[in-house]
Amino acid sequence: MPDSLDAWQLIITGDAALYTIVRLSLAVSLSAVAIAVVVGLPLGAMLALTRFRGRTALIVLLNCFMGLPPVVVGLTVFLLLSRSGPLGVLGILFTPLAMIIAQALLVVPIIAALTRQTVEDLWREYRDELTALNVGPAGRMATLLWDSRFSLITALLAGFGRAAAEVGTVMIVGGNIDGFTRTMTTAIALETSKGNLPLAMGLGLLLIALILVINGAAWAVRAWSEEKAG
Amino acid sequence: MRDLSSDLPVTFQSVALCAGATKILDRLSLTITPGAPTFIVGPNGSGKTSLLRLCMGLVGPTEGSVSWGGRDAVGPGRLAMLFQRPVMLRRSVAANVTYGLKQAGLPRSLRKARMEEALARVGLLELAARPARRLSGGEQQRVALARALAREPELLLLDEPTANLDPAAARSVEEIVLMAAQSGIKVVMASHDLGQVRRLAGEVMFLVRGRLCERAGAADFFDRPSTPEAAAFIRGDLVI
Repeated sequence: MPDSLDAWQLIITGDAALYTIVRLSLAVSLSAVAIAVVVGLPLGAMLALTRFRGRTALIVLLNCFMGLPPVVVGLTVFLLLSRSGPLGVLGILFTPLAMIIAQALLVVPIIAALTRQTVEDLWREYRDELTALNVGPAGRMATLLWDSRFSLITALLAGFGRAAAEVGTVMIVGGNIDGFTRTMTTAIALETSKGNLPLAMGLGLLLIALILVINGAAWAVRAWSEEKAG
Repeated sequence: MRDLSSDLPVTFQSVALCAGATKILDRLSLTITPGAPTFIVGPNGSGKTSLLRLCMGLVGPTEGSVSWGGRDAVGPGRLAMLFQRPVMLRRSVAANVTYGLKQAGLPRSLRKARMEEALARVGLLELAARPARRLSGGEQQRVALARALAREPELLLLDEPTANLDPAAARSVEEIVLMAAQSGIKVVMASHDLGQVRRLAGEVMFLVRGRLCERAGAADFFDRPSTPEAAAFIRGDLVI
């Protein structure tokens, strides 16, 4: 396999173009996950703890959105951000910011839906005790989120996996501009179609390695904090 | 701030509680006043847990009414309840107790001293830094007691807190409950264990199939039960 040998050379020699791409990919996906955490955790906890008309429909919709096709999200954000679209004045189409927004839209449903399930399960166990301790609605939300923190790490990883692996949205709203909005996945798609298999292969290996490292780190953090907190 | 008006007496007026078509409690009228520990005894499914949950305001009656100190809502922080299996939050023993204090509205500056005092009272001060979920069942029940007692409740409700514990652990829980009762806290406890009832009870409420069958001082209940059901229950016969 001479192609994969070349790929390893690219990684080991620290090809500058390659690392620009890696940095951008990580920055975009991690920012998207961060935004999705800020939105998705409270949204999921709120859905778990409140009862209102249309709640079931909203939960079904949210679960369904976990499987939202990235290209459709990309197209929607593209239309919103394009010069003639409602948010065209922002002028952020084909920038990393647009990519972050689009990926956040993909990740929010995953984190919110998994948080809802986790918090609701824990609430069943905690309900009597927290009610007996006069814990108010905001306190319940905070307590349940904090006490399900180990399970929620898995939700965050699922969200990160989705963001890091998808190519459809970032291709459409980022435009795959060399050195500016090119991520690992768009680069792999491009280099493969150009026939530059070594770079595509190198990027592919690196992407898998990064996801492995992040999952491993999350696992270690979880094990360590679980050991501490019981 | 804490509401200082009393939640006692707790008064049940012809209370019924239904779950679907099943009547769990029926035509229950009783008053819980300050004094010696009240024990709720009766066979499985007689409604002991439901009675305590109504007392705590965790559920509302299907029929009739429950009032606390003449008001129809539970005052904040004056009632505490211990469950058969306590819920330990995923944090240290100390943090479990201070959590309860925070929810009761105690200022942050006072929490640590009160937490240490409560843990010392249940003999767990040396375990304060340990993760609460790693403790044994008996220790967890004592942490739950510390968490409840630190809030200085007026009424302590206990739902068979020693049912899952070995005799030594049950004994230390009993000692803490007795101490709480002697300090002026009204104790209402459901129990299966007639030996325990003899050791701790001031009065006994005997439930059968959701009805209050007999209510008497503990000595009277054991020596001169006035109903055949109670007499059978004390003898250890099956009461259905």
